[in-house]
Amino acid sequence: MKLHRFEEIWLIFAVVIIIGSMIVTGYQAFAQEMGPPSHKETIDPEQVEQTAPFDEPGVYEVGDNKYEVVMTLEVFSFNPGDIEVPVGSEVEFIMTSKDVVHGMQIIDTNVNAMVLPGHIQTIKQTFNEPGEYLILCNEYCGAGHQLMSTTITVK
Amino acid sequence: MEAVNQSFIQKSKSKASELIATNPQDSKLSLSFLGVSFAALLLGGILGLFQGLERANLITMPSWFDYYQTLTAHGILLVLVFTGTFLAGYLYAGVSHTLGGLIPSVRKLGWTAFWLMVAGTALAASQVIIGEASVLYTFYPPMAASPWFYIGLVLIVLGVWSAAIGVFINVGHWKKNNRGKHVPLFSFFATGIFILLFTATLGVTYEVLTLIPWAFGWTEGVNVLLSRTLFWSFGHTLVNVWYFTAVSAWYVIVPKVIGGRQFSDTLARVVAILIVILNVPGGFHHQIIDPGFTEGLKYMHVFMSLSIAFPSLMTAFAMFAIFERTGRKKGGKGLLGWFKKLPWKDARFLAPFLAMATFIPAGAGGIAQTNFQLNQVVHNTLWVTGHFHLTVGVSVALTFFGVAYWLVPHLAKRIMTPKMNKFAIWQIILWMVGMAFLSISMHTVGLFGAPRRTSFSDYFGSSVAAGWDPYLIAVGIGATILLISVFMMVYLVFHLMFKAPKGETEFPIAEVEDDASPTPKWTERWSLWVVLMIAVISMGYVIPLVDIIMNAPPGSPPFKTW
Repeated sequence: MKLHRFEEIWLIFAVVIIIGSMIVTGYQAFAQEMGPPSHKETIDPEQVEQTAPFDEPGVYEVGDNKYEVVMTLEVFSFNPGDIEVPVGSEVEFIMTSKDVVHGMQIIDTNVNAMVLPGHIQTIKQTFNEPGEYLILCNEYCGAGHQLMSTTITVK
Repeated sequence: MEAVNQSFIQKSKSKASELIATNPQDSKLSLSFLGVSFAALLLGGILGLFQGLERANLITMPSWFDYYQTLTAHGILLVLVFTGTFLAGYLYAGVSHTLGGLIPSVRKLGWTAFWLMVAGTALAASQVIIGEASVLYTFYPPMAASPWFYIGLVLIVLGVWSAAIGVFINVGHWKKNNRGKHVPLFSFFATGIFILLFTATLGVTYEVLTLIPWAFGWTEGVNVLLSRTLFWSFGHTLVNVWYFTAVSAWYVIVPKVIGGRQFSDTLARVVAILIVILNVPGGFHHQIIDPGFTEGLKYMHVFMSLSIAFPSLMTAFAMFAIFERTGRKKGGKGLLGWFKKLPWKDARFLAPFLAMATFIPAGAGGIAQTNFQLNQVVHNTLWVTGHFHLTVGVSVALTFFGVAYWLVPHLAKRIMTPKMNKFAIWQIILWMVGMAFLSISMHTVGLFGAPRRTSFSDYFGSSVAAGWDPYLIAVGIGATILLISVFMMVYLVFHLMFKAPKGETEFPIAEVEDDASPTPKWTERWSLWVVLMIAVISMGYVIPLVDIIMNAPPGSPPFKTW
């Protein structure tokens, strides 16, 4: 199979796209810590309420302008809901599901994570802009899926 | 109009050998598959309109057939049944045509496949209709449908396997009687497509077989992450199988339709081989923001997903090379003169051409969203829905339509009149306009964060969600235009099957250039390609699957949350 010169150039371009993607994605993930939420920790999905830290869901101040939100997801609500944090705070969400698969997304941020029963998921976000952000479930979870939402207010 | 006349004159002048009819018994089998396929398109399309209008907040689906039932049925009818039965009808017709008829045992397997798919679809659909399976096309556990829904899926898969085994037997039989010859390109593609489809279904079959006893209550817990992973080893490969089927028509059929020759027989076969080898692990990018996998593993999978783009980019070059070569042969001058010489008024060309052209933004979007950070931005938003309405909804569906315009009359021994050709052109244009409304607004509003797979919600008066409404109305407009096109298409197929004037329609199979270099023997070594495919799948899946199984949390009980 002989390649035309233009075809060679085109295929080199194809390889450059693929390698370029790998370099940019790899740099952002491993040098800038912008990798996707990938927490590896399991939990008994039927014992969530008896297992720390999910026995006490809530917002915890863990350092200077640093917060942890221990959150359980179940049909069709987030616990805790209506969260408030100060401007500039770095918030780590620690989440699990008490029933089916959910997805947690905060609109106007890059927070987007799958939350599975039996697994603990974490994701971090620094809120520099004040305002009320919409948190919603973005994985179909049942008849009331469209109602599964809450807010996080940054003051 | 001139071009249309030209192509029809060309057709009537073409050599008798090109008008060889397909064996009538095989035609009946393929026409049955195509009939079911377009019935599924009609039903799925109508449901699509309801969804579009509900999402635009113009209607509310009644509680006895709510949005999520609609969505489940729309997904299954269009992404499994329309495509699956079309693939079987088209490939069986082509295998019969290029290998000199199906052998009787294979024809029986074909009918077995047909009835298994029909029975499986009916069983699964019945459970959705009675409200026992509002689990969407992905049926993620621990959301649990009625066990009969899963049994329906098993029947569909058994149908796919029968169809696959039939093609393997027929191609093997031909090879035995034609030692030393290359399998005709069409049947080469059919072999590759069925190998990929068969392999893709293995993981999901295991998943479904664990879900059946669990849904009956015989076993207690299900491994949620394992099920998801096995599902996506199938789910994404499946759509790539539809795309692969479209690609086969691009290489084998389209050059003949425009009066040209194949670009390169070897290149086409290499593309087919690469698609088979590289495809299955590509599905993992659906799990980039899942818990339970390390970033390093996900990073390797980004590469595995991106590698699938390579054969597609090879195809892009080959297609435009064929167009240019053919256009110049027809007298096209200058840098772009050849472009005008293409048969734009021939629906058999216009549909697959627009399908290919659409794959340029669709494929680029796919490459973008496979990367970590961009994936995190768009995961589970309407962007993704917009993406696969371009890939499956345009690149695949329009190619299938373009095939149906000649395949249905070929099999039914009828012809498509110039008037119906014009009707088909309008049908194609409406399809493109509808998809443009639908897909552009879905991509845009998805970037703003609007989620997919949800009925309309104002999220308790959220102002940001209110900003999505104009785009959702555009989605509703797109769905409306698309349904008009669906009605036209289904009418066309009905007309071509039963009403069009009797006559002979060509099964267009492109020939190689006279000075083409011979195709090397090694392309026929499917055993080697299958071993390489298994090696690539093992690279992608052995580590995560062992990890998921060995370090599994206690299983989840079934939930019915609708």
